Amino acid sequence: MSEHFHFQPEDRPRLDSKYLLRWEKSQDAYVLLYPEGVIKLNTTAAEILKRCTGEATAANIATELKALFVYNADIENSIYKFLEITHGKGWIRS
Amino acid sequence: MAKDGSAVSLDGQGKPMWLVLELTYRCPLKCVWCNNPLDFDQYGKKELSTEEWKRVLREGRELGALQLGFSGGEPMLRDDIEELVAEAERLGYYTNLITSGVGLTPERLKALKQAGLKQIQLSLQSANRDLTDELVGARAHDLKVHVARMIKAEGFPMVLNVPIFRQNIDQVDEILALAEDIGVDYLELANIQYYNWALLNRDELLPTREQIERAEAAVNAARQRSGQKMTIYFVIPDYYETRPKACMNGWGTIHLTIAPDGAALPCQEVRVIEGLEFPTVREHSLDWLWNDSPLFKKFRGDEWMKEPCRTCDEKEKDFGGCRCQAFLLTGDATNTDPACAKSPHHHVIEMAISKTRQKHHEPRPLVRRQIGAVTTMFMAQK
Repeated sequence: MSEHFHFQPEDRPRLDSKYLLRWEKSQDAYVLLYPEGVIKLNTTAAEILKRCTGEATAANIATELKALFVYNADIENSIYKFLEITHGKGWIRS
Repeated sequence: MAKDGSAVSLDGQGKPMWLVLELTYRCPLKCVWCNNPLDFDQYGKKELSTEEWKRVLREGRELGALQLGFSGGEPMLRDDIEELVAEAERLGYYTNLITSGVGLTPERLKALKQAGLKQIQLSLQSANRDLTDELVGARAHDLKVHVARMIKAEGFPMVLNVPIFRQNIDQVDEILALAEDIGVDYLELANIQYYNWALLNRDELLPTREQIERAEAAVNAARQRSGQKMTIYFVIPDYYETRPKACMNGWGTIHLTIAPDGAALPCQEVRVIEGLEFPTVREHSLDWLWNDSPLFKKFRGDEWMKEPCRTCDEKEKDFGGCRCQAFLLTGDATNTDPACAKSPHHHVIEMAISKTRQKHHEPRPLVRRQIGAVTTMFMAQK
């Protein structure tokens, strides 16, 4: 797992099929469910992962997130970093 | 159970996030490390009905349960499992089937896929036919490997669950190769825990420290090799740790097990502790059982702790270990788990380990899980 995958703007990230992203009322948050685990997501993480469907490009996702979180000037870098990290964890595929 | 590499990054906030349904204790196998009660045959007539299990599912979701395990015994012996999976999916659980593979025909596998089942945990005991068949007391090895391939062909994520003990621990390389060949997503090499049948057979099953070190080295090499393709968990026996496992992540914090007769349990082994009462979903709501029953309140938090746990700066980390193990090995469930080196009873663990080092070990027969293998009349008195 030492090799980091760097997402390019034209890549289309998609959630790995082992993972299920869902709104969970009892946690008042989006959760990521997978064999043997549950991860509670913060709003930004959830908004990114919701868009990892294999259709939107990383650039599309960045544009939409910038519109959602206008107060965060550096969000584009954070998004690519997040994609890289979650790819490393096996949550998403390129 | 603490797992190397696992990530439960969600605090339950008082909710039973993990719900395990032990649909039945019936099983075609006779595994010598089975964690079902010694008097498992007393539960057949008391099994919950389909409608009763559905009510448990509904009430569980209302309490905030997310992960759901269908377990046993062998859950495929229930002919309503497809119906229960469909109901669980409708309610929004992440559904896991925990099976020996026996009874998982291609037709039923397809039906489970259609019902929405998310994931399958299949047990396998070795990479060798004769050894597996001997250990489970049935011709099961070839069937299990066949079922594993069927599960992958059907597109399910799969955990291959390999219980580890002295008899198979030196085969870790072969098991890793077989798992890679099958294409499993998660390989769990879990040293067994010593309760019930496993405790009866402990002197024959507990590996040596050297065996564990060799196995760990093989696992680390495989992790380098397989990269992201296969996640490998390796759980060492708590006997060889100097601190106890954070059992169930604390009593009554995130885990809720429902036994075949509907008893709501903080863990699957808890009936070994004498003097507790085990009310069922037949008489009570799940809400009451989880939040208010004396059983779940018994060891919640740290009020019950004695020394050395009470003033230990690690009590938030391991919650004093396992209550069942404390009871089984010291006679008092409020004692520190003797797996902890700080426990005044730690010598019972050291004695078990020293037996693994005896040069002239006289092998003793293993007790298979089957009706009549041991006398359980004394248990009915409780």
